[in-house]
Amino acid sequence: MIELLKTFMNGLFQPSIALTLTIVAVAAMYRYRRIVTQNKLVASLVVASPVLFFAISAFDENFWIQFKRPDNIPIAGMMFLVVFFTWFALKLAVDNDDRIREGRPPKEAEPEEEEKVFVWPDLVYSELLCLLLVSILLVVWSILIPAPLEEPANPQLTPNPSKAPWYFLGLQEILVYFDPWLAGVVIPTFIIIGLMAIPYLDTNPKGNGYYTFEERKSEVFLFQFGFLVLWVFLVFEGTFLRGPNWNFYGPYEYWDAHKLVPLTNVQLSEFIWARWLGIGLPSFWLVREFFGIVLMLGYFVALPVWLASSFLRKYFEQMGMFRYVIFSHLLLWMILIPIKMYLRWTVNLKYFVAIPEFLFNI
Amino acid sequence: MAEAEAQKATATATAHGGTNRRDFLASFPFVTTAWVAFTGALTGVGAASLRFLYPNVLYEPPQQFKVGLPTDFQIGEVSTGFKDRFGVWVVRNEEGFYALITVCTHLGCTPNWLATENKFKCPCHGSGFYTSGINFEGPAPRPLERAAITLADDGQISVDKSQKYLFEKGGWDDPNSFLPFSA
Ligand code: FES
Repeated sequence: MIELLKTFMNGLFQPSIALTLTIVAVAAMYRYRRIVTQNKLVASLVVASPVLFFAISAFDENFWIQFKRPDNIPIAGMMFLVVFFTWFALKLAVDNDDRIREGRPPKEAEPEEEEKVFVWPDLVYSELLCLLLVSILLVVWSILIPAPLEEPANPQLTPNPSKAPWYFLGLQEILVYFDPWLAGVVIPTFIIIGLMAIPYLDTNPKGNGYYTFEERKSEVFLFQFGFLVLWVFLVFEGTFLRGPNWNFYGPYEYWDAHKLVPLTNVQLSEFIWARWLGIGLPSFWLVREFFGIVLMLGYFVALPVWLASSFLRKYFEQMGMFRYVIFSHLLLWMILIPIKMYLRWTVNLKYFVAIPEFLFNI
Repeated sequence: MAEAEAQKATATATAHGGTNRRDFLASFPFVTTAWVAFTGALTGVGAASLRFLYPNVLYEPPQQFKVGLPTDFQIGEVSTGFKDRFGVWVVRNEEGFYALITVCTHLGCTPNWLATENKFKCPCHGSGFYTSGINFEGPAPRPLERAAITLADDGQISVDKSQKYLFEKGGWDDPNSFLPFSA
């Protein structure tokens, strides 16, 4: 019975299913936000879900091996914090949305909330308290669970699996699916630029200084998609699901370094020329990659144009040409990441366009 | 006239708590010294930092080395013994020998030879390479590189890592990238 359940859970944590479930869970949380924040039972279940997951899973010895690593304990803690604060912000937002619908100002604008406090002593006092508590926590933590040290570095010996620091695990995961210059340089740059561009792209003043969801639904969801799905989930995945040889392992699966996973990559050109047309790869790269190039041009050039007159019309009209181009491209890059991941997991697609002659791969 | 004006200006400047020209000029040597010292210090720090980029002692495994007699290798064998010392795998196939450099073509980790699965597998992002060095799984964009391999005068196989042969550049057709077995 238990074994069956574990096998089932391992199946759920297969990357394609787990990513889908995460997206569905985030969407459902916003869709059913009233139940999630106001029904006591549902709310406690949501907030407690990471604790329940880790506490129950810890009884499994394979999970325990990974969980108890000094590197991984904070990740478990982080999962709880992320879920709790996402839920908490949603609760405040739902409360405010109700008030706004009734014609009242958001809670943050109430006179008693506007009351100001002094830096000294109020702020400094609580800061000092936090400083003390956090220092104590860190000291105790570092005594009880010493930070792991590995053997001296050896260029000929890469630890297996070799993991980036936890906050880079999302990027390390992206590196699996994209060419190094894309995943290591272009995409991180876009993430940073994109985050900095938010205030210039999203000039909707609603929600300034108070929590709300209804007044900026797509914006909140878009951000949370990038943060919860493409960052936090990938950190979790990199920590608990990636094992030796960078293979996927279920949470209750033993990390067998000899696990055999057939992963032979196929390029889009091979799919089209060899499998569907059955004529083999043309030797000239431009002909060979023709379909991939058309596909990418369609995705990055034609799609934004079409979106501007359909789904993103509102944004196109608000933003104007220049800002819309930036916005739509950041958006398309963000969405390309899960698309590529799904394609790799399901059909082993390596690159849409692969021109090793010029070291150009997408 | 001009003097009176200057005096007036000085008076105003002093009244406003500013520095007049004479005071400024009087302090000139100090300012100059300060700037020169500052620039000097900055240059020194910059030079020291640059110097720091170059190691005092550099341990580099030899680029050219001998790996043994051709008869020491068994057909189909991937010799992992030279990985630590020299950073190559010597592979013996039906026809002869080639030396693969143990650097993943993705981001430079060191892959492992998995004998049971018959492949090189990188622990960083999961790139996999066939015994030939061809990449077939994971993100590595190109095959492993081969090193020059020749027969030395004493009959031993000699590998030269300073000469690399890249598959995608057609390098594997080069006679130096492969050593045919001749008993
Ligand atoms: S460095 Fe080998 S797979 Fe990335």
